Amino acid sequence: MSEMDIKRRNFLKTSLGTAALSIAPGILLFDVAHGTAAVSAAVRWGMLIDTANCREGCNDCVTACNRENGLRGANSTTNAQWIRKIDIKEVSTGRQVSLPMMCQHCAHPPCVDVCPTGASFKRADGIVLVDRHRCIGCRYCMMACPYKARSFVHEAVTDQNPDVPRGKGTVESCSLCVHRIDAGLKPACAESCTNKAILFGDLNDPASEISKKIRSVASVQVRADLGLDTGVRYQGL
Amino acid sequence: MQRRPSLLLGLCLTLASAALSAAPQIDIGKGGQCVEETSWMRKNHMNVLKHQRDEVVYKGVRDAKHSLKTCIECHASVKDDSVSARADSFCVACHAYQAVKIDCFECHANKRKSAWVSGGGQ
Repeated sequence: MSEMDIKRRNFLKTSLGTAALSIAPGILLFDVAHGTAAVSAAVRWGMLIDTANCREGCNDCVTACNRENGLRGANSTTNAQWIRKIDIKEVSTGRQVSLPMMCQHCAHPPCVDVCPTGASFKRADGIVLVDRHRCIGCRYCMMACPYKARSFVHEAVTDQNPDVPRGKGTVESCSLCVHRIDAGLKPACAESCTNKAILFGDLNDPASEISKKIRSVASVQVRADLGLDTGVRYQGL
Repeated sequence: MQRRPSLLLGLCLTLASAALSAAPQIDIGKGGQCVEETSWMRKNHMNVLKHQRDEVVYKGVRDAKHSLKTCIECHASVKDDSVSARADSFCVACHAYQAVKIDCFECHANKRKSAWVSGGGQ
């Protein structure tokens, strides 16, 4: 190696080092200043819904969701619904089951695939959300969702929950009460369920209650054939 | 011709007094010590809010220091808990003066959380 090469290498080392120093304190300060850490893929939030505990006619989860997120409820066809109760009946046996249906927080969400602006996205911890700063209200995601989980906001919204901004001309759906999760709380529906039919937790943590339960009892994903790997699972369906 | 300088001076004074009287009268709410220097905030609040917004939406980093909610907590009027309800409300007064349209409050609450809770949500 010639002397010139060595000099060149040293020069590069030094300049890289300087660059690293100038960037590193910035990043360090940035992290400290924020206090809370960014969400990571080490966590995957999910729910297990036990249909045996879900009472027909009970609407507590829907009411709690509406209150928490400032929704008006399904008293008009154009009102947004983030969660709805569904009663299903197996025709051949007559067995009836009641269950709440909402965004299934897929690992491979079709709503994200089709979004032309990148507004529909999956957060690192598995929550599928709409960035309404980017949403243009085209409603492709509503078409793509096999669970009919998303709603379009048709009318101007007033008196929102300061933690849940929502407004006219954008699409929205169950956010898994992301503002509550970030504050260390359970989603409103899971908290309101008197029969404990909704179990909320971290699917990636083998020691979590939800992980233990899905290991021991039979549970299914709705439309598992689509291969979306939903975060919401149902027991006794 | 000799009257021209005095005319000009008179015009300038009139304009200056008009500008002073038209300066926005702002209801700063609780006010107090801001998270940054006031003059800096006047110039940069939009960048701070935009940065914070992406941090919250995509990373869940809810830094209280620069959040819109915290701005509103201090600057919502003590009369009606709002930053945009009246012509002299904190956000509206300046934005009307500068002719810059804000659409934040088409989606975001313009009130303090405490006001929303007491209002019973709906």
